[in-house]
Amino acid sequence: MPALEFRDVAYVLSNGQPLLSGLNLQVMTGETLVLLGRSGSGKTTTLKLINRLLVPSRGEVLVNGAPTAGCDVIRLRRSIGYVIQDVALFPHFTVEKNIGLVPQIEGWTKERVRGRVAEMLRLVGLDAELASRYPHQLSGGQRQRVGVARALAADPAILLMDEPFGALDALSRDQLQREFLSLQRRLHKTVVFVTHDLREALRLGSRIALMDAGRLVTVLPPEEFVRSNDPLAAAYVHAFADGLDSLSNRGAR
Amino acid sequence: MNLFHFFAENHEQILELTLEHLWLVGLSTLLAVLVGIPLGILSAHWPVWNRPVLGTASVIQTIPSLALFGFLLPVPWLGERADRLAILALTLYALLPVIRNTYTGIRGVDPAVIEVGRGMGLTGRQLLLQVELPLALSVILSGVRIAVVVSVGLATIAAAIGAGGLGEFIFRGLAMVNNQLILAGAIPAAVLALTADFGLGQLEKRLRPR
Repeated sequence: MPALEFRDVAYVLSNGQPLLSGLNLQVMTGETLVLLGRSGSGKTTTLKLINRLLVPSRGEVLVNGAPTAGCDVIRLRRSIGYVIQDVALFPHFTVEKNIGLVPQIEGWTKERVRGRVAEMLRLVGLDAELASRYPHQLSGGQRQRVGVARALAADPAILLMDEPFGALDALSRDQLQREFLSLQRRLHKTVVFVTHDLREALRLGSRIALMDAGRLVTVLPPEEFVRSNDPLAAAYVHAFADGLDSLSNRGAR
Repeated sequence: MNLFHFFAENHEQILELTLEHLWLVGLSTLLAVLVGIPLGILSAHWPVWNRPVLGTASVIQTIPSLALFGFLLPVPWLGERADRLAILALTLYALLPVIRNTYTGIRGVDPAVIEVGRGMGLTGRQLLLQVELPLALSVILSGVRIAVVVSVGLATIAAAIGAGGLGEFIFRGLAMVNNQLILAGAIPAAVLALTADFGLGQLEKRLRPR
């Protein structure tokens, strides 16, 4: 059974503008599905339909086989981790409170929350002494790690990540991508990862779902994606290869 | 008799009227906070309420204070005691800055923080109490500070309907053309306003999110 399933899902704004149409997609348990596409292609809309930050105009979204329409939306969201590009840590909470918020409102004891926070900090490679710091006292990379730790704190089986490394410098992004892979090897979460960067998609994804103008173009594993005949997929691969060529040409000069 | 001697000789009465003044301002501000913050939240979360709520509070502000006291005098129960009437009038005046700043403070919270809070499964109440209000607190407090400073000045006019407070010295001084009496009301009122402004300003700075 897929962990997530979209059945003929459409999303239309109140002014009638369609953002997503005819989406049929399955995400298997434990895989990292990357939603790849340009701005406005419907990637973030797709992600928000999973945790019901947006409600489908047509069709249904199923989480672990159950339609999200009928379930308790608060319980649904607490069972799904959510990380966005802006990280959006709560600026008035310490790192510890940020990470421990969902476990705390879920009624965990103080000791259990504290233990979990320490465990999460270790997991994302952060020093335990950062627990008492406020978000403005952290670097961009540290904030993003806290964002991931916060999303994982209540041990959700599904993780939604919306361009989580998009705002970081190239080196930090590279390091966090490596850490993500190592984390995913250990945790086997079902991850839906949004990006517009093919390199990131090829590196992190078990499969890549290419989106364009609110439609799903194709879903392929990375090794098949680079050989795809689909014009848009090929355009992405060409643009990526051109970038590599110009880099090696400069190196040869 | 110079001003210093006047203050020394009448310190008990000055203290009594200052306390009366504080009572009028304190209670009316408390009521304005209790009514204004929920109205501000209502306007921020449901835009349909924004215009009627802020519009009504703005219209109240435009009514001259003496006229408002006059309008409220014939109202049963309220007109029986001048302090009741003064507290209601001062509350109505204090509402606008409290409502407006609550609205502005909540609308000013980073939408990404709200989105993540919702995405993490916080209920509307948890989001309001744990995220929106704490992050809007310094802006709300700034509204309360404006309300207090305005109320300290307006409360002097409450003496015109017999509600007491430092305005009694001022009105007596005006009637007797006695500057010392006017200053005996005006100086403590100014000190109250400046102290409240400074104290709440400091608190506001400490609560400002980083």
